[in-house]
Amino acid sequence: MGFLSNVVNGISLGSVYAIIALGYTMVYGIAKMLNFAHGDVIMVGGYLSFISMVYLGLHPVFAVLIAICGCTVLGILIERLAYKPLREASSLDVLITAIGVSYLLQNLALLIWKSDPKVYPSVIQAEPLRFFEGQLIISPVSLVTVLVNILIMVGLTLFTTRTRMGKAMRACSEDKGAAQLMGIDVDKTISLTFAIGSGLAAIAGVLLCSAYPTLMPTTGSMPGIKAFTAAVVGGIGSIPGALLGGLLLGVAEIFAKAYISTQFSDAIVFAVLIIVLLVRPSGLLGKPVNVKV
Amino acid sequence: MAMLAVSDLHVHYGSIHAVKGVSFEVDEGEIVTLIGANGAGKSTTLNTVAGLLKPSSGSVEFEGEGIVGVPAHKMVSRGIALCPEGRRVFTEMTVRENLEMGAFSRFDDEARESRRRIYEHFPRLKERKLQSAGTLSGGEQQMLAMGRALMSRPRLLMLDEPSMGLAPILVQEIFDIIKVLRETGATILLVEQNARMALSIADRAYVLETGRIVKEGSGADLLKDDDVRKAYLGG
Repeated sequence: MGFLSNVVNGISLGSVYAIIALGYTMVYGIAKMLNFAHGDVIMVGGYLSFISMVYLGLHPVFAVLIAICGCTVLGILIERLAYKPLREASSLDVLITAIGVSYLLQNLALLIWKSDPKVYPSVIQAEPLRFFEGQLIISPVSLVTVLVNILIMVGLTLFTTRTRMGKAMRACSEDKGAAQLMGIDVDKTISLTFAIGSGLAAIAGVLLCSAYPTLMPTTGSMPGIKAFTAAVVGGIGSIPGALLGGLLLGVAEIFAKAYISTQFSDAIVFAVLIIVLLVRPSGLLGKPVNVKV
Repeated sequence: MAMLAVSDLHVHYGSIHAVKGVSFEVDEGEIVTLIGANGAGKSTTLNTVAGLLKPSSGSVEFEGEGIVGVPAHKMVSRGIALCPEGRRVFTEMTVRENLEMGAFSRFDDEARESRRRIYEHFPRLKERKLQSAGTLSGGEQQMLAMGRALMSRPRLLMLDEPSMGLAPILVQEIFDIIKVLRETGATILLVEQNARMALSIADRAYVLETGRIVKEGSGADLLKDDDVRKAYLGG
């Protein structure tokens, strides 16, 4: 595989990480919590679309829509049942709960869908595109992933800067008390954030499984952790940061696999995290945290 | 009937009994001020009226209806706005977006009309409408916080320490704006550490000490009161 192919694959994988990272970063921005169950919502999205396509024989478009709706509802439910009661609790309590929800989802998936890996049929059935006499091969999934990523980033940016609810979201992420004084229902805004983040996780799940077609109850956990890393590298709470961090991590991972070592690729990816955080503790696009005394 | 009637209000902050049986009233068209030292319970009282804090006992009536237990985000549509202590503008949003947030409970055309009026009151905000609020000076941020609170056209405007941290000339400017607001018929509940300024524009005033009201009277009378002069006006 040529250098260009690696770049394309890196950007494509990075786009998936970026889409997942958005969920972490938006939820963190508003609820100031790390939703460790986010990665497992990806897995649920994978299974929902898999069932729709393989067992129900639905068109991939409907399968994707079902996955999005299902994960959106799941995200809202998780927030309502697990996190909302802990609004006043310490962040450690919330973190432990999030890890608990993550295991709950994985084990429910194990119970319902069993442990044997499912072979995921790609949602995009088309021939790969070849350029430069086969030097550069772009799979249709990569292309769609990058396009979807661009659409989502543009859409979210417009949403948060142009719409009433989007602006309310930014207001809540900065100062919940002041937002309440404006008449903004903070609980509803948090719900909406979980809904959007989980809907995006479903899309990421479909794209991820289309590119790497093995679906298991643990499918979401590693990409989830990497996307979380991407969100932190980019600067948690920042939407452009999620994009930048995702792309950086994706490219680093593919390059590490191609040129250094397949076994060590994950170690290299996390080393990138450590180096970035040593140099910029609040991430590439994050703002320095002012600790109030 | 008073527009706002607070009676025997008790508020706890964890184990601290911050407000111990406060009662006061605000009539329509009045400027009423609560003065007192740091920690006397002034801000706690305002935050409780605004629904940000839950009282342990006591009642708060606005326009004849009990509002204890009404969540903070529903107070705006009932006609109460609080301009909080420390301004708390949304620093990463533009001046115009801040004002839009102030009119969150309103329809778009009403919000546009409100914004036009606010820009009349605060021309400096209009000049800076596309700047992010974090780049404004302290005085401008205070104007923005007040403008933002006025965007919902509240019938009762509560101002918490509007002069805090401002240079004397800006303090004067902020109080001039409050006077203008009074002329437009606004009802204002003002909490201030700057007792002299507050008393000089208030119709009536209450003095808070460690969670209790220890004195009340017209602003002019309290300015002349010996105890008040000694404790809050520097002799």
